[in-house]
Amino acid sequence: MTTDNSHEEIQSGLKDIISAKVSRRGVFAGIGGLGAAAFLASCGSGGGSGSGGEALRWGNWPLYLDFDEKTKKYPTLEAFIKKTGIETKYFEDYNDNDEFFGKVQAQLKLKKDIGYDIVTPTDWMAARWIRLGYTQKFDGANIPNASNILDTLASPSFDPKREQTLPWQGIMSGFGWNTAKNPKGIHTLDDLFAPQNKGKIVVLSELRDTIGVILLAQGVDVTKVTEDQYMNAVDFMAKQISDGWIRGVKGNEYAEDLTSGDATAVIGWSGDMFILASENEGKFDFAIPESGGTISSDNFVIPYTVGADAKANAEKMINYYYDPAVAAEVAAYVNYVCPVKGAQAEMEKIDPDLAASEYIFPTEKTMAKLNVFRALTTDEETSWTEAFQKAAGN
Amino acid sequence: MGKIRTPYLLLLPGFGFLFTFFILPIINLAQTSTQTKIAGGDTGQYEQTLHFRNYIDAFVENKEQFGRSFLYATIATVLALAIAYPLAYAIAFKAGKYKNLLLVLVVAPFFTSFLLRTIAWKQILGEEGFVVPTLRSLGIISQSTTLTSTSFAVVMGMTYNFLPFMTLPLFASIDRIDPRTLEASGDLYANGLTTFRRVTLPLSMPGVVAGTLLTFIPAAGDYVNAAILGNPNTKMLGNVIESRYFKIVDYPTAAALSFTLMAAILILVTLYIRKAGTEELV
Repeated sequence: MTTDNSHEEIQSGLKDIISAKVSRRGVFAGIGGLGAAAFLASCGSGGGSGSGGEALRWGNWPLYLDFDEKTKKYPTLEAFIKKTGIETKYFEDYNDNDEFFGKVQAQLKLKKDIGYDIVTPTDWMAARWIRLGYTQKFDGANIPNASNILDTLASPSFDPKREQTLPWQGIMSGFGWNTAKNPKGIHTLDDLFAPQNKGKIVVLSELRDTIGVILLAQGVDVTKVTEDQYMNAVDFMAKQISDGWIRGVKGNEYAEDLTSGDATAVIGWSGDMFILASENEGKFDFAIPESGGTISSDNFVIPYTVGADAKANAEKMINYYYDPAVAAEVAAYVNYVCPVKGAQAEMEKIDPDLAASEYIFPTEKTMAKLNVFRALTTDEETSWTEAFQKAAGN
Repeated sequence: MGKIRTPYLLLLPGFGFLFTFFILPIINLAQTSTQTKIAGGDTGQYEQTLHFRNYIDAFVENKEQFGRSFLYATIATVLALAIAYPLAYAIAFKAGKYKNLLLVLVVAPFFTSFLLRTIAWKQILGEEGFVVPTLRSLGIISQSTTLTSTSFAVVMGMTYNFLPFMTLPLFASIDRIDPRTLEASGDLYANGLTTFRRVTLPLSMPGVVAGTLLTFIPAAGDYVNAAILGNPNTKMLGNVIESRYFKIVDYPTAAALSFTLMAAILILVTLYIRKAGTEELV
């Protein structure tokens, strides 16, 4: 179970280049539409050799776990391995929800090993896995720390009791902007589509985030959105594209576009924007729209192809990451919404500034402005994605 | 008997490879392309219903991207030919002892990942690269004109990325031309242009045909350049197939589009080879 060499080289090279710039969903994911290329590059991994020698194999998004540049290791994961003796292999192979699904679906269908014992799909994709019966229920006894989950994340519609998913990190979406071009900031859709941003707006390729923000601005409740309302918002986006306002519908390479000056305003993700803002002092900022933003999570999921031993190991690892001190350490690196209660107090010890950050530990007032896009039926998922993709030129 | 069998035995591995990695996938693709969604089925669940309408629907819905793919590929091929021909000619005839060095330089970009090179262009052509500010201050482009996320960037990226595929076969052809034929042409009072038109170009035609094919075919199916350097209005068929397959999880349409693209390329290439008529190639 080794990753293709060239892939690994590119990954580690990229990590050096961009670790300072973009958080999770690094360049491969950033390439967005290029899921397939990354998929080809990683063909060597994932297939074949069964569960191999490792006791646990974790497939996660790139740049989504605390990483030590000097030792080239993941401190919290190393500590877990040391503590439990569970030999854990970490793969930054989860580059894109759709791409990963395309890559493993055939094996899942046949109930063959997919090469991972634990993966972290986003809410809607986790919901799809559950619907298709590709997940397993956790053994609660192995995850006592699960009770540390934030109340707001504790009962999503796709897994009301959190029996088979637990959030890894939460992601807010809202407006990001270049402060020089938008001195007053962007708080409404009208601010976004202001003349100075014409042709320099990038929106996310995650339809729930982009259309979610548009819908909220149109006064629609995204927890109850109807097909007509949705299509109306997609038409709005399509018009902004054909009129030349929006230059791209992308994964997180919108962050590169902001730094290169090609984009001046975006619908983007909190963690990326946090890092951009902190590393380019005063040049970028992020806000949740006045009309509200969306929030989602990437979730730990154990595929149903995983055997009992590996499953127990995976659960121990989830439990470990739900320890507030460990969660704080991860959050200090990835800067996304930390789903673990008590992590904020632990963060005080690491970095008081981060502990006060609304991006990582949103207050209740902020949380009230964040909405979860409603779960879609299978048919909706297909036709809504199709409409969104068509609007994006595909 | 043994002597007759040997060549066939030697062919076996090659044939086995082709069968496994070309014939079987093609059959699979053909099967997928006529499937339809299972009523009430979940995402990605399709059944065979021999629904050939998939082809018509897929084509009609995406004819814009079809046209764009062939348009961009054609422009990129012509541009690559215009750049590569003088380059290959110079390397073959004028480079002297630097010939090998220059050839290495032509191939050198391959030592870096295709993706990284394309991403690099995004930075070069970006607002804060040196190209855009320079062109702006020279008044060549207006203050509001940008170069990234344009059809210009997509075609340029394709031209750049496929240039070595054009240069190498051209070089191989031109390098084989006996300089004495050019001298003979001069002896017969042909000027430079006539010599090029009547001697050099015809003799290098196999290289031109091979180079244009090696550029056009992958360029027509390319989606990397459009994804990285383009905008939603410059998407090519490759982007649609990618989106159909991975995002919408509509395998039949993706398969039908792939087949249609392959057929279209095959027809165009056949016509082209007939017209260009190089026996050495076919």
